[in-house]
Amino acid sequence: MLDDFMVRAFLAGLGLALVSAPLGCFVVWRRMAYFGDATAHAAMLGVALSLAIEADVFFGALIFAIIMAWLTTQLSGRNYAMDTLLGVFSHSFLAVGLVIVSFISGVRIDLMAYLFGDILAVSKSDLGVIWVGTLVVLGLIIWRWTPLFLTTLNEELSYASGFNPKREQLFLTVALGITVAVSIKVVGVLLITAMLIIPAASARNIARDPEMMVLVAGVVSCISVILGLRSSYVFDTPPGPTIVCVALAIFIVLNLINTLRRLKL
Amino acid sequence: MKRLSSKHEAFATLAQVWPSFAMKLITIDSLTVAYSGVVALKNVSFQIDAGEIVTIVGPNGSGKTSLLKAIIGAIVPQEGNVDVKSGLKIGYVPQRLNLDPTLPISVGRFMRLSDKSSKKECQRALEQAGVAEIMTKQMSELSGGQLQRVLLAKALLGSPEMLLLDEATQGLDQPGAAEFYKQIEKLREETGCAILMISHDLHVVMSASDRVICLNGHICCSGTPQAVAATPEYKELFGADTDGALALYRHNHDHKHDHNDKNPSNSTEATH
Repeated sequence: MLDDFMVRAFLAGLGLALVSAPLGCFVVWRRMAYFGDATAHAAMLGVALSLAIEADVFFGALIFAIIMAWLTTQLSGRNYAMDTLLGVFSHSFLAVGLVIVSFISGVRIDLMAYLFGDILAVSKSDLGVIWVGTLVVLGLIIWRWTPLFLTTLNEELSYASGFNPKREQLFLTVALGITVAVSIKVVGVLLITAMLIIPAASARNIARDPEMMVLVAGVVSCISVILGLRSSYVFDTPPGPTIVCVALAIFIVLNLINTLRRLKL
Repeated sequence: MKRLSSKHEAFATLAQVWPSFAMKLITIDSLTVAYSGVVALKNVSFQIDAGEIVTIVGPNGSGKTSLLKAIIGAIVPQEGNVDVKSGLKIGYVPQRLNLDPTLPISVGRFMRLSDKSSKKECQRALEQAGVAEIMTKQMSELSGGQLQRVLLAKALLGSPEMLLLDEATQGLDQPGAAEFYKQIEKLREETGCAILMISHDLHVVMSASDRVICLNGHICCSGTPQAVAATPEYKELFGADTDGALALYRHNHDHKHDHNDKNPSNSTEATH
């Protein structure tokens, strides 16, 4: 069954859908959208260096995503505002990564595959990495759910309840790093944030409590992946961007329904 | 300890006569807190007894929040220590929540976030805080005053012996703040819970407090509201033309003391 590239693509996409839903909710709640973007861009440098030394792309991306996340949390507030720092690091990491890739001789590297994903080329071992990453992040979030959530609401409240917000922040950083690394094959570095934010933002229209929002975001992600892959096959469009387009369509529909419902009241 | 009359006056008097009656909940001893070399709090010492209402007032940057953080253990002091009675249950009321509009959560769900309290207990806490009817409302739909009371109700879960309030009335208008403080006073009468609040709405706070501590990096003065209001340090910090409890708050960051003694925290003890 796994020998069929379409089956592998579906499984990889569903893995991404499951990991991006809970994390995406935290990204939205904590207003970390730009942070997610920066982490993803930085991962490109990891990809480039991994290709240069012929190491595994996943780990290269993972390491740089985490370095980026760590750097910005450490440096923010010193001399520059957070968004300035993110802007400096994310785009320069991306640029340096692209320059390094151009130096790699021999194998011709399809940059598009890393920028926009290449879900149809997911191998069995990629699939293994994606699902292990997904399960690790899901486990981490389920395990730390209450402290992560409390820390999001108020750090002192989290302290007073006996948790350590700095440690929770670290968990979230690692989870984001893993998610970015896992997503590169599926949607590419430029569209990862879309998969984090669009399903979560769509879910907001329906959900009345946080767990519900995560569940709905998961459902929206899964539908986007399934419909997106199917459409990309039918219309012969690039799969990563098509998945994001389906997510956007769901976002628009749910918002319209929500607006209509409010107008009636 | 026998439960004394719920009237705090009686309690306070007894505690003065027989000091052993006054159980120390928190003892802060020569606390010094600095952030990368900049001293936020210097040599601060005070205690909080069971059932007391203590208000800490001070301008922005006077170290009020650092003090609170040191009490809940969010920062490690450079010197001195914060001694909390073992097993003391503290209810913390934060200044505000980072409640993004995209975060759906009902009041009832919020109440039970980290406490395993029953619905009934939550309902009771909400009643005590003066917001009985909002269990199913979304947090994002609450008014400033309602939100503040929900935060208070959450802190009341698990019957704390002490409440810590961080600028709890920020964002409330004057009558709203006065209402909120009345609620706090009533709570102390009902539950006997000690209350430590940090505030800068001076004139409303002071009438309800047993003790006021004026903070500006160090303890400028402390004592009963009336005694503190009479000290020159207090007048310097909060305006001289006002009399006592009706002082209007002013942001005088750069006030000067003429104390050259080595222990600025005890420069004036307007003790009761």
